[in-house]
Amino acid sequence: MTTIGSGGPAVAVLDLTKRYGDHTALAGVSFEIEPGETFALLGPNGAGKSTTIEILEGYRKRSGGHARVLGVDPGAGGVDWKARLGIVLQTSAEAGTVPVREQLAHFASFYPRPRDVDETLDAVGLTDAARKRVRALSGGQRRRLDVALGIIGRPELLFLDEPTTGFDPEARRRFWDLIRSLKAEGTTILLTTHYLDEAAALSDRAAIIVDGRLVDIGPVDRIGSADARVPVVRWRDADGVHEQRTDEPGRLVADLVAAGGEPTALEVVRPSLEDVYLGLIGHHHQLEEQAA
Amino acid sequence: MTTTIETAAPVTVRPGIGRVLRLGALRARYEIRSYFRASDAVFFTFLFPTMIFVLFAAVFSSTGKVGGDGHGHGGITLAAYYLPGLVASGILLSGVQNLGIDIAGERSDGTLKRLGGSPLPMISYFLGKVGVVLVTALAQLVLLLGVAHFVFGVTLPDTADLWVRFAWIFILSVLMSVVLGVGISGLPRSGRSASAVIVPILLVLQFISGVYFSFADLPDWLKTVAGIFPLKWVAQGMRSVFLPDSFAAAEQTGGWDLGTTALMIGGWAVIGLVIALLTFRWVRKDR
Repeated sequence: MTTIGSGGPAVAVLDLTKRYGDHTALAGVSFEIEPGETFALLGPNGAGKSTTIEILEGYRKRSGGHARVLGVDPGAGGVDWKARLGIVLQTSAEAGTVPVREQLAHFASFYPRPRDVDETLDAVGLTDAARKRVRALSGGQRRRLDVALGIIGRPELLFLDEPTTGFDPEARRRFWDLIRSLKAEGTTILLTTHYLDEAAALSDRAAIIVDGRLVDIGPVDRIGSADARVPVVRWRDADGVHEQRTDEPGRLVADLVAAGGEPTALEVVRPSLEDVYLGLIGHHHQLEEQAA
Repeated sequence: MTTTIETAAPVTVRPGIGRVLRLGALRARYEIRSYFRASDAVFFTFLFPTMIFVLFAAVFSSTGKVGGDGHGHGGITLAAYYLPGLVASGILLSGVQNLGIDIAGERSDGTLKRLGGSPLPMISYFLGKVGVVLVTALAQLVLLLGVAHFVFGVTLPDTADLWVRFAWIFILSVLMSVVLGVGISGLPRSGRSASAVIVPILLVLQFISGVYFSFADLPDWLKTVAGIFPLKWVAQGMRSVFLPDSFAAAEQTGGWDLGTTALMIGGWAVIGLVIALLTFRWVRKDR
């Protein structure tokens, strides 16, 4: 059974570029996000993640290339297009004299079929803070209000720009559950984050941007080269710590045991997204140095 | 493949006039509540015209009356003479100055960025600002007139004609001030520099438009310069409401010039609207 309303990708970007004077922030980025997919955009600070996401949100103009968001050119989207989006910006610093619940109810009134205000407060864990003024919230609570404001309009496409900055571990897990439930409802999600475990836990696919270029893209469990994903076996003996990459870690461990008994501090590690990511970033910088 | 996309059903927002007005009313309610929640702003900007009036009225309380027959008969107190100028500047301070600074602040703290990412029509946002300026300027005015009348014994107009004249000048001036405030908000480069950029402009206008000095005493060339800008006309219009008719002779042309006043305020409202629509941005322009 396939019921996709509009057909075509939710987000399509082809050869996207952005220049500020002499500085090139984006040097030709291409990717597509399918409806219902959760897609993570990863990369170091200043790599072009926020520039990309803000072009797609309609805040910045692109210098070149093509972009379609829900079938619309984001540089020319009207209010009916915005009604289908949810945006959680990287920062917010409003004066915040308004109480939390009132702020959320006010934004709900802009949308044609908003979520229930109290349910949304509950979903982000702000029920107890509903009567507080926005400026009286802690950093993490304020971030959760940002998320609530982003999802109150029941968006088809949700942009999350570093949504969990300032969350404690428990709040982060609750946020993950919320994102999974949005995904289950069919929401398409574009996420940027510095927490690689978060990207791995939530997203179907990820792209890594370094210096305005896409260096890799793929399903989170397949990103990076095949070599980068080969498991690592670590152990210690009289000579010190050993580390060996092998496609057959079980066999290696069995050989070790056969040769010298139980090895000390034995570990079999499958590279996490973080390991693969750091490997890719390091590789990219090496190439740059060679080129220079 | 099993894919169910529940939220993909296209939802259309009718950007019709009804929606724009309904959201404009909601914005106005929200803005008015926010205004009175920010207590420091209320204290200084809201009470400013009344404080200046009380100051003038007290300082000049022992000065003789103006506009009398020269033998101590007739004429009005200086308090009464200053009232129309402060009524006029109160409108422009609420609209142009406070609103301009307020919007520049909203642009730099991200309030506008968030609104710009929502389906709130820009016109509804403007209507909300019209609402808050209308209500705050009216409340300021009631306070100012109340203090003038009950504390300093200033006689207020007692004919329906004068109040009708007051109403159209007031409403037209508020509308003009709001669009000029939206327009001027783009001038400062940051929220922090907004006061430094906007306050002096209004201060100069107040000095040359007959708010703090008697307009009749200004040199002719300065009167002509002031006549290009709107505050002079709002002040003159308010003088025609609050001062006796005999004072019309002291105006530049020897009359109240209500037709020209309407044209000038209306003209500035149109110019302001065009500037506002052309230059207003939810976010600062991309470098």
